[in-house]
Amino acid sequence: MGRYLLRRLLQLVPVFIGTTFLIYWLVWAVPGDPFAGKCGERRCPDQYIAFMTEKYHLDQNVFVQYFTYMKNLLQGDFGQTFSQREISDIILTSYPNTLKLAVVALAIEAVIGLGAGVLTGLRRNGFLDNLVLVSTLFLIALPVFVVGFVLQWLLGVQWGIIKPTVSSEMRWSELIVPGFVLGSASVAYIARVARTSIAENRRADYVRTAIAKGLPMRRVVGVHLLRNSLIPVVTLLGTDLGALMGGAIVTEGIFSINGIGRQVFRAIITKESATVVGIVVVLVLVYLLMNLLVDLLYAALDPRIRYE
Amino acid sequence: MSDILVSEQSASGPGGSGRPSGRLLEVDDLRVEFRTRDGVAKVINGVTYHVDAGETLAVLGESGSGKSVTAQTIMGILDTPPGFVTGGQVRFHGKDMLRMSDEERRRIRGEGIAMIFQDALSALNPVFTVGFQIAEQFRVRRGMGRAEAKKRAIDMLDQVKIPNAKGRFNNYPHQFSGGMRQRAMIAMSLALDPEVLIADEPTTALDVTVQAQIMDLLAELQRERQMGMILITHDLGVVADVADRIAVMYAGRIVEEADVYDLYAKPAHPYTMGLIESIPRLDEKGQQLRTIKGLPPNLMNIPPGCPFNPRCPMAQPVCRETIPPLLQVGNARASACHFAEELVNRV
Repeated sequence: MGRYLLRRLLQLVPVFIGTTFLIYWLVWAVPGDPFAGKCGERRCPDQYIAFMTEKYHLDQNVFVQYFTYMKNLLQGDFGQTFSQREISDIILTSYPNTLKLAVVALAIEAVIGLGAGVLTGLRRNGFLDNLVLVSTLFLIALPVFVVGFVLQWLLGVQWGIIKPTVSSEMRWSELIVPGFVLGSASVAYIARVARTSIAENRRADYVRTAIAKGLPMRRVVGVHLLRNSLIPVVTLLGTDLGALMGGAIVTEGIFSINGIGRQVFRAIITKESATVVGIVVVLVLVYLLMNLLVDLLYAALDPRIRYE
Repeated sequence: MSDILVSEQSASGPGGSGRPSGRLLEVDDLRVEFRTRDGVAKVINGVTYHVDAGETLAVLGESGSGKSVTAQTIMGILDTPPGFVTGGQVRFHGKDMLRMSDEERRRIRGEGIAMIFQDALSALNPVFTVGFQIAEQFRVRRGMGRAEAKKRAIDMLDQVKIPNAKGRFNNYPHQFSGGMRQRAMIAMSLALDPEVLIADEPTTALDVTVQAQIMDLLAELQRERQMGMILITHDLGVVADVADRIAVMYAGRIVEEADVYDLYAKPAHPYTMGLIESIPRLDEKGQQLRTIKGLPPNLMNIPPGCPFNPRCPMAQPVCRETIPPLLQVGNARASACHFAEELVNRV
């Protein structure tokens, strides 16, 4: 197990380098002058351009640039924006907000998705099953921004149940609706995967054995059936956290949450390449670590998977 | 919630006399059909047998003869749909289990009647340790604490002669060999000291050498505990040493029931005769192996008259018209053949 973990962590290194290099290269390779419009109506003074070129090593080739960037990054230095603001500050203020939103979305996925999946998997073709099938199809088909705007308008503006936007304190209760919006498509996938998994396993021989042992139905379903059916659901949930954080741009925009989505969007518009790279690099890290966590969870759920 | 996985259909329609008889477990005129998209398959068509404490009844038949479905109906683990009980009774201590509440029935499982399945690898839950799955019964059904349940579970593993039982407690099913897995399955089924044990082809998935060991173990445990045992098999060889009585099934019916010696010495049904003749014999080298010609009937369309008549070497016109009932022939044996008397009395 220890050796497996070490090997997996070592495997992360080339993946991390490869992905971050691609990101760095692509972001800085975007055509256009990064300093256009930085100095109001006038063209920027040559002195400024020279200073900035020097500061971001823009006169060197992309490999040297990337290498310098990573060297600083490993020492915790994300660099500065063009307006001399520490990028690590931006990351530190925006990441917790997005993480909070993603965790709420994940919790909603787990509770609603899994709950609906288990109930419908046990009773296929019933009323609830059809209701869930239709509504999940609906959620999968609708783009996030439609779900977001409709719920914001309906719950926030028309009915006044929630505040249309999230305050800067980011209270958990305020995040329920944005969390649902963010996780809406995933909720539907989780429900469907859980449903199939439960329906497949419920006729398994070991479930029959558990019944033959005279265990109460609650235990047969809650222990024997659920544990086996959870494996595909956990994979989906685990890899989803990274996707949720990366995909929060739209949701954060609708509910005006100061998260990484908003910051990335702003940085791309203003060609703040260093900010974009910094935020995305952290996102890559989250992705990789969540994937590793999912692989480790597999073993906890299914002992037939051995790490050697 | 409880009807989600198993829903028990209460018996309705004809069949079932309902009088108490002091037997431990009786199946009385049981009828089960499978309603599928292609039609209704009549899988069990009036099966009657019983088992008492301390005796072993072997139920013998080809695949599709209904022997396993009968066992599943007794256990209440018939998949519904497609399986539906359409008639008859299953009486445990004289009480019809098909009319009991789900809760009453659940209490009988494991304590009253327990079951061993054919393939222990798929019958054991792959994600829990073998020890957990045995100890679970002591904890859930007997309310024992973790430590005591573990002690009892190790004791059970010892009883089925698993070496180093203590060390294997925390192993998962896939870490056991086939034979050891079946032993663990037996330990699990016997944990609550059942009065009846149903063994559904317990050795089919195993090597021949291991088969013998498992059968010996089962026979020994059955004797020690004075359990009633229903041994379901398609293998005549397995039956001979262990069983007291044999019930032969064909197309969802019992076609012959007899003491094990009588049955081998003088089968009273042409189907049984065919089965015995089709055992390869070492003392008749060079002979072509005899088989029963044809295939078992399609259960959605069972031929009129005796269901065996299209394959029967002795078939007469009467066999195509009248279903022979299971009747006494001679002493303590029964056959469902129009010519049972002739078969028994032949020299």
